[in-house]
Amino acid sequence: MSYKIPMGPYHPGLEEPYKLDMICEGETVVDAELNIGFNFRGIEHLAETRNYVQVIALMERVCGICSFIHTLTLCQAMEKLTGLEAPPRAQYIRVVMAELERLHSHVLWAGIAAKLMGFKTMFMTCFALREKVMDVLQAISGNRVNYSMNHVGGVNRDIEDPIALVPMIDELEREMMRTVIPIFTTSSTARSRCAGIGVLTREKAISCAVVGPTARASGIAQDLRRDAPYAAYAEMKFEVPVEQAGDVRARLFVRALEIIESCNILRQALAKMAPGEISSAGEKLVFATGTATSRVEAPRGEVMYSVTWKENSRNPARVHVRTPTFANMPAVRWMVRGARLADTPLIQASIDPCYSCTDR
Amino acid sequence: MNLWKRLMCTARRRSPWLFHMNSGSCNGCDIEIVAALSPRYDAEQLGVRLEGSPRHADILCVTGPVTRKAVGAVKTVYDQVLGPKAVIAIGSCPATTNVFIDSRTLDGPLDKHLPVDVFVPGCPPRPDAIIAGVARAAAILAERGNNSPTTTVAIASVAEEAKQ
Repeated sequence: MSYKIPMGPYHPGLEEPYKLDMICEGETVVDAELNIGFNFRGIEHLAETRNYVQVIALMERVCGICSFIHTLTLCQAMEKLTGLEAPPRAQYIRVVMAELERLHSHVLWAGIAAKLMGFKTMFMTCFALREKVMDVLQAISGNRVNYSMNHVGGVNRDIEDPIALVPMIDELEREMMRTVIPIFTTSSTARSRCAGIGVLTREKAISCAVVGPTARASGIAQDLRRDAPYAAYAEMKFEVPVEQAGDVRARLFVRALEIIESCNILRQALAKMAPGEISSAGEKLVFATGTATSRVEAPRGEVMYSVTWKENSRNPARVHVRTPTFANMPAVRWMVRGARLADTPLIQASIDPCYSCTDR
Repeated sequence: MNLWKRLMCTARRRSPWLFHMNSGSCNGCDIEIVAALSPRYDAEQLGVRLEGSPRHADILCVTGPVTRKAVGAVKTVYDQVLGPKAVIAIGSCPATTNVFIDSRTLDGPLDKHLPVDVFVPGCPPRPDAIIAGVARAAAILAERGNNSPTTTVAIASVAEEAKQ
């Protein structure tokens, strides 16, 4: 005899509004149903009514956690349509910003995962650490969340003294290595809550076409920064961490290792930063008729923008967004099957869902 | 006001409990609310706690431009908060619907549906500003005593009736 436990849409355990119905037999989850759409603001339609300056400010607010990634992807697509190319220094600044964003997003996720495990101290530690990343972001862009760094053909703000930021990165990495990563990887409390639960096998991961850390934790070595380099990633040396287990612990490991790799990339980008201009944009932008796509590795996985423009138009004809959570979301159903009910909040959080991106 | 009531008002000002409601926000303001509770900004020194249930809370913090799907829930949650209560609109979205203005799937801004006591502008506001907003809402809550708030919604409907 199965029964249904509804969770959400405005549930205190969820960060965002969405509805997860768990069909249970006793304590075991048999199936799950996910309802989204509570955050639907109609952004794709709104984008068609905004001009090429306004659309960047609009798409920045698709998601407050990966706001830089969204403008980067949009600007890359728009650069293809205008024939502009960002100068090398702007490409490096884009790498620095994207990696800092990955750092703050992963630390934020670690905090939320710790909270869902019932490990409140760790939650506070992660958020204290995250403030250090926010300091660097604020030093560069002047803002904490919506950075407004990108425009078509370059970036808005220069990093005047890149080397001065390196000690902040070192400090951050030291703290990570000293507290957060050892506790998550060796603590028996954390291990007992995440080892062996929410398993997504490699075969299932391929058939669900998951992306990002969720795919890398199931043994699929894919990373757009390495496979299809954009900005200045082709000049960076880094590893792509891959785990085979496919459980929540593997996803934790992948993200922890990615934090270290991000620090690595940041140091390289700040040291090698090319001199010169930060923008190649002229007074007026001339768009060609056609569709351009752009793909970027966001903290949660691959983001794809497809931008269509008609010549002599100020507004885009269509802006289509495919977010990583849209790809990862169906996999939750396979992860929670057979899990205990008490583990489901942690399992669904382990894909790092962002429904405000997905609903738009 | 008798001594017991005065004591209750002071107690409310010193321990405002929040319920956070996302009415279609982009997560920007939501993470800043969590950051405001983190060790750096430490809102807990003001007695602020984020509560899991609206029935335990004194102050309702609303983020987001109020999507059509969220309207019913926003009203229900407001009714579930026991009086005296205060509402804070965090960010530019609940105040003006921000960049999403003219969207057909929005039914904002927030003061169309609820009486808002404090607006904390910004996209998103800094954690310091959120804490300042909460402190101001706590003072309003203490002033309000045991009286139920005069709702802007009620005033609007009275004005409409007067016109007719």
